[in-house]
Amino acid sequence: MKVSVDVPRCVASGQCVLIAPAVFDQRDDDGLVVLLDSSPPPALHEGVRESALVCPAAAIHVTS
Amino acid sequence: MKQIVVVGASAGGLSTAEALRRLGFAGSITLIGDEAYLPYDRPPLSKQVLAGRLAANEVLLRSARQIEALGLHLQLGVAATGLDLSERVVRASHGSVPFDGLVVATGARPRSLPGASARGVHFVRTLEDALALKESLVVGRRLVVVGAGFVGAEVAATARGLGVDVTVLEPSPVPLARVLGPVLGGVIASVHRSHGVDLWTGVGVREVCSSDGRVTGVRLSDGTVVGADVVVIGIGCVPNVEWLQDSGLQLSDGLVCDSWCSAAPGIYGVGDVASWHNPLFGVPMRVEHRTNAAEQGMAVARNLLGPPQPYAPVPYFWSDQYDLKIQAYGHLRDHDSVEVVGGDLDSRSFLAAYRRAGRLVGVVGVNVLPKTLRTWRAAILEEWR
Repeated sequence: MKVSVDVPRCVASGQCVLIAPAVFDQRDDDGLVVLLDSSPPPALHEGVRESALVCPAAAIHVTS
Repeated sequence: MKQIVVVGASAGGLSTAEALRRLGFAGSITLIGDEAYLPYDRPPLSKQVLAGRLAANEVLLRSARQIEALGLHLQLGVAATGLDLSERVVRASHGSVPFDGLVVATGARPRSLPGASARGVHFVRTLEDALALKESLVVGRRLVVVGAGFVGAEVAATARGLGVDVTVLEPSPVPLARVLGPVLGGVIASVHRSHGVDLWTGVGVREVCSSDGRVTGVRLSDGTVVGADVVVIGIGCVPNVEWLQDSGLQLSDGLVCDSWCSAAPGIYGVGDVASWHNPLFGVPMRVEHRTNAAEQGMAVARNLLGPPQPYAPVPYFWSDQYDLKIQAYGHLRDHDSVEVVGGDLDSRSFLAAYRRAGRLVGVVGVNVLPKTLRTWRAAILEEWR
């Protein structure tokens, strides 16, 4: 799995960090998304896909 | 379960369909939407789309290729017109579609005002609405926004950013008071005024005035006419349930669903249209926010395929106005007290806790660190779990 984030679209909702904290974080100052792991292990895939679905800015892209 | 029909092709409907496939459902999924567009994102409509920072094709939630990969019977530009529970078919403008599982995700539509059919009157619900309004927001024109809710406030902020003269007419004494309380509502009002918005509060609006079919202003309850070249109506939404009127399903402020988001065996509600019983707070709620549509869609996909689990989220929403980022968790409408627990109102960076009978029901952050807000979300969960 390859994960990428579209930072200019991010609205800093932090939903991804709630669901997959091992893959996503937020910058302290403006809350925009920080991608911690662009090739997460299979155990984290479900959370990443869920994050991509819930992201209110559709800013998370997943390719298998 | 072989045939699932999802009525409504916006964030909630798409999320349900995607989650069904992700959970391994290999049967037929029909996704019916009354707009001609592929599923797109609505929150940017009142902000980036209006400001010209995102083009129409940039608000699509998925590319055509990604939608194709889901293997859906995609029926766009098709409106559902009825539901027959005994035959288990959805009646639509082009014929009937049978189902074993049905997801109602038909959303909501803006409330209107008498006279609103005049040219120059806009709503901000669909992509076409936003694109049409964008063309009208020209420096020198007078924009009147009816309603200072989140949509109205965001439109006002965007329009000011474009240099348009803006008057906002709000019936309650303080904007957003029902959700945020009078103190935070007052802060938001003062921010709009400091950006040059002519904000009138406590004024009822009777109708839109027009001449030769073109808007000329807005008439208030006391008869005063506020002149306008462009009018935006943002006075809330009503759930799209008319097509279910004779179905036998219970309708009351939307489609009435239980804690599992089910309205009847095999029939579920998702997003703005669904009034479900949130077991976390122990109350029925209908949430018109973007993240809930996606989350509820996933929950309903799980429940369709079983075993069902109650849907008990802490609702979240955000709003961007000028340099304010407003973010909230919880069930704010129920609060009876608000306390600023961090920062201060004057600095426009603060955190407020919302309580009902002493229990934490929600939190609102304005320009606060995201991690702080998440800590408070956890506290809300802890309070009610």
